[in-house]
Amino acid sequence: MSLLEIVILLPLLAAIAIAFGSPARVTAVTTSVINLAIVIWLALGFGAVSRDTDGYAYVFKRIMLDNPSIGFGVGADGVAMIMALLTVVVTFAAIWQIVDKPASYYTASLLISAGALGAFLSTDLFFLYAFHELALIPTFLMIGLYGHGDAAHRRAVAWKTTIYLGAGSLVLLAGLAWLVLEYSGGGKLTFDLMALRAQAASAPLDAAKQAPIFFILLVGFGTLVSLFPFHSWAAPAYATAPTPIAMLHSGVLKKFGLFGLIRIALPLLPAGATTPWVQQALIWMLVGNILVMGFVTLNQNRLDDLLANSSVMHMGYLFLGIAAGTQVALNGAVLLMFAHGISIALLFALCGRMRNQLGTLEFAKLGGLASHAPFIAVIFAFGAFASIGLPGLANFAGELMIFVGCFQFSDPLKHAVLEAGGFGPLQWAAVAGLWGVVISAVYMLRAWRKIFQGSAASGLFMSDPLRGQRLPLIVLAVVLLVCGCYPGFLLGLLKAAFGVAKVAAL
Amino acid sequence: MSYPPPLLNIVLFLPFLVAVVILCLHRVLKGASVILSVASATTCFICSLMMLGNVGETPFHLMDFIHIDGVFEAGIDAVVDKQSAGMLFIVTFIGMLVHWFSIGYMKDDEAQPRYFGALSLFMFSMTGIVLAANLFMMFIFWELVGLSSFLLIGHWFHKSSAAEAANKAFLTNRIGDFGFMIGILMLFGVSGSVSFEDLKSSLESGNLHAIAAAHPTFMTIAALGLFMGAVGKSAQMPLHVWLPDAMEGPTPVSALIHAATMVAAGVYMLVRVSFIIAASPLACEIVAGVGGVTALMAALMATQQNDIKRVLAYSTLSQLGYMVMAVGLVAMDPVHANHPDSVGHPGMFHLYTHAFFKALLFLGSGAVIYACHHEQDIWKMGGLRKYMPVTFWTFAIGTAALMGVPGLSGFVSKEGILDIAYTECKWLFTIGVVTAGLTAFYMTRLVVVAFLGKARSEGAKHASEVPLIMLVPLAALAIMSIISALPSVANGLNALKPVVEHAHEGHVVMICSLIALVVGAGGGFTLYRNRDSDPVSIKLFANKFYIDEFYAGVIKYGQDRVAWVVNALEQIFADGLVARLPAAIVSKLGSQLRVLQSGRMQAYTFLLGAGVLFVIYILVFVLPAPGH
Repeated sequence: MSLLEIVILLPLLAAIAIAFGSPARVTAVTTSVINLAIVIWLALGFGAVSRDTDGYAYVFKRIMLDNPSIGFGVGADGVAMIMALLTVVVTFAAIWQIVDKPASYYTASLLISAGALGAFLSTDLFFLYAFHELALIPTFLMIGLYGHGDAAHRRAVAWKTTIYLGAGSLVLLAGLAWLVLEYSGGGKLTFDLMALRAQAASAPLDAAKQAPIFFILLVGFGTLVSLFPFHSWAAPAYATAPTPIAMLHSGVLKKFGLFGLIRIALPLLPAGATTPWVQQALIWMLVGNILVMGFVTLNQNRLDDLLANSSVMHMGYLFLGIAAGTQVALNGAVLLMFAHGISIALLFALCGRMRNQLGTLEFAKLGGLASHAPFIAVIFAFGAFASIGLPGLANFAGELMIFVGCFQFSDPLKHAVLEAGGFGPLQWAAVAGLWGVVISAVYMLRAWRKIFQGSAASGLFMSDPLRGQRLPLIVLAVVLLVCGCYPGFLLGLLKAAFGVAKVAAL
Repeated sequence: MSYPPPLLNIVLFLPFLVAVVILCLHRVLKGASVILSVASATTCFICSLMMLGNVGETPFHLMDFIHIDGVFEAGIDAVVDKQSAGMLFIVTFIGMLVHWFSIGYMKDDEAQPRYFGALSLFMFSMTGIVLAANLFMMFIFWELVGLSSFLLIGHWFHKSSAAEAANKAFLTNRIGDFGFMIGILMLFGVSGSVSFEDLKSSLESGNLHAIAAAHPTFMTIAALGLFMGAVGKSAQMPLHVWLPDAMEGPTPVSALIHAATMVAAGVYMLVRVSFIIAASPLACEIVAGVGGVTALMAALMATQQNDIKRVLAYSTLSQLGYMVMAVGLVAMDPVHANHPDSVGHPGMFHLYTHAFFKALLFLGSGAVIYACHHEQDIWKMGGLRKYMPVTFWTFAIGTAALMGVPGLSGFVSKEGILDIAYTECKWLFTIGVVTAGLTAFYMTRLVVVAFLGKARSEGAKHASEVPLIMLVPLAALAIMSIISALPSVANGLNALKPVVEHAHEGHVVMICSLIALVVGAGGGFTLYRNRDSDPVSIKLFANKFYIDEFYAGVIKYGQDRVAWVVNALEQIFADGLVARLPAAIVSKLGSQLRVLQSGRMQAYTFLLGAGVLFVIYILVFVLPAPGH
């Protein structure tokens, strides 16, 4: 039995135990701490174990069906390892910060955590997909049952999210099915990612076929990540979801789509990714994420709407990394996935706290909170400045690498681009992205200024949390700072991950 | 190289460590955080002295930041050549004095630890810019000085004006950094590395050389991108609007960050990459032109300001314009551009002298403000010479140096700039001389109104000299304002003093600048002596050419309205057409869906899972297996 299986099953078992009456908080917190410890331990040992194994470590497989070949296989490459780290850190924070809520908050958080870990760590497409669906179900339920706003509103939001993500998942499923059918030879269907990768390396599909499959996967995975224009589920869902659910979904589960693109679509369909029309479609969509959603975010008047929309906007940068496709850009994208997950979870945690204490999140009514709650102000600054890409906090390194990746003119192309003496579409997209950084700074600082600076409106009061409740916030802030100053640790995990996935840049 | 690398590590990382310690432990430390911060600034100054005589071109690798074998490298590498050693001296020397001064100035502030923590963070970031051996590292610390400036301008955050000013500063700088990053990325894309060494060699014989020959526009855009970073940080037109507002911060901060060091970082960076600017003649002209226009317009605005700090702020803008102009002019002349170390650089040299006298003036104004109980309007001062003699005399020395009185440092460095302007571009020379005259005018106005005549308010009548801890920095800076241009001092401090030839037809440069000085100062003195209110009123200058109003309009209509429209369109199209329309069609078509919509979420999610399994089942078992 691999430790990875334990990591996946533990929260699942804990959720079941809580359902059967085990004390909710103790069980959930213990589980999240144990998981955190195991995954950190695995990450520390990852370099030594993965050295001779084509980048994968802790591989273990149980065959379930012979033909079609489906097995419960687990294994982690660098990308999966980083995603697992992200999941356990955010799970720990999300569970710890729950106070005075029904047990279902804990159950749902554990289930989402288990689903996310399963999706990131499975090496079998069947289970990868199924785990993700498992994690979505509690998300819908919690939005519908315990979301913010009146019952009609949260029902509507839950319903919309369900339909939207359900539709996206089906598109994704179609794409995956096509992929599996095309790559399975010799009368045997296989869902095993390793086998598929080997097949793709030895006998790749012709590019004309790769392109449409890649595009379908892009739309399917993209919908899950709120790729423009398939994003309109995301903002209301996050703004409505209960705090731990918002933290876990926007921080962790949403990254599943990107993870799938990086781990499945890019290595199996490298030529599809570089087909011009696919590239161009992707670039238009991601620029939509950055610029359109940037302006939409600027127009928000409430903190929760602002954070939700900003989270959609920042997905554009991750897609930019995928569009660039160079080793540096993909490394950067994974780094940014991690960093964004931590920073947005931190901000949603604070946002939930403010909602509870203040009763409103409208900027027009807020102000001057820094003098009541200096600790919250400092931690919020960590999250806000991280998300606008300040060096020294985790997001910067990822963004920088993505931009650098966009400007790594690959050799044959270098001459073409430079001959023209100008930029290609990818470079223009990067320029749009850089302007997006300015836009993020505008809305984040505006939010910071309106909430914390100036003088407080009458009747608004907020206090710093007690010592015990500070822990999750401090943990997230410290992770942002440490990974920002020393991204080397995460990059070390990725060392072997992109040997195969390396794709030429447009 | 004979450096003990620990020295570099101390200079760079000690202030960072102190800032982190203060952030985490300020509750425990309380007053001790002041001691920590001041001690670290003093230590850094001593280290920088030890580095002065020991310079070389080879960078030291201090730390990996991003490192991917053989593909990409962005490290923390320090280079200690003449330029950086000299700049490091300026930064640590003035930084140390400002720390001392702040002990007195901020003694009643309840958020002292926050103030000193931010000050230490600033020292760390500024040192990083100075030592940077590649553009990525420079960009990292470039952003960090932006952060510390943001924190310090907004120190009194409960004041709305301070909070707005902090945001304005950060965002304006971000706009500049947008261009800066594009420039860096373009250079990186072509040369594959952005360390100054590699860029230089690539421009001499590598990819950059090829692209500069084949596509001058590419090179121009890259150079202007870098320049845009400097426009933001050094507050040049049209991004100058943040600097006057930044005066909302505590005055010692204005002296250190918004006069002597951070705002000069743009100039420092431009001098570092002057070889790249030199590769594009068009970029040289734009740089010089922007500098000249800034110098002149800021000087005009300064003549009508009534807030003592704002006068100095516009004066800083104007002087930075001089420096930027010098960078452009020097880059036009290839001999200069490629060897700033050996030939000297008038822009860098003016940065050096300006740092001392402008820090002196700001600290002097801080002393005045402190003594007058936070009164900043010069028309409510007057007669301070009697009450604060030491402050007055040091302030007068600083003013004389800024105006360019012969014998003081400002005269020498300004002459270096006018000299090269005279050689390279006559209309910029004219602008330079007019600006010099205006500078003499508004500084005379300031001194006459604030220090001479009789006291015009209760606060000014009861002013008294400030404590010793604040006078020592004033005295030290006054001495530097006098002696810093002497050849022995300038060479010892690696000031990159340029060689000025007085060969131009009969000393025309010197004569022009002296005439400007006499006319400006004489005019200011006669006009403002014994006045109780401003006899001149020029709305256009007092209102700063209405540029702030223009930007406010751009933000309101260009940004917020656009955001509103985009938001509406997004609702209609992305939400309406992509999501709601299909949903509406479907729900009209199928009555079963209406049943589900009644709100039974559990049932639906169960169905979702079942549906998924069903589809998989069909795909796997019902569809024909492939390969047949």
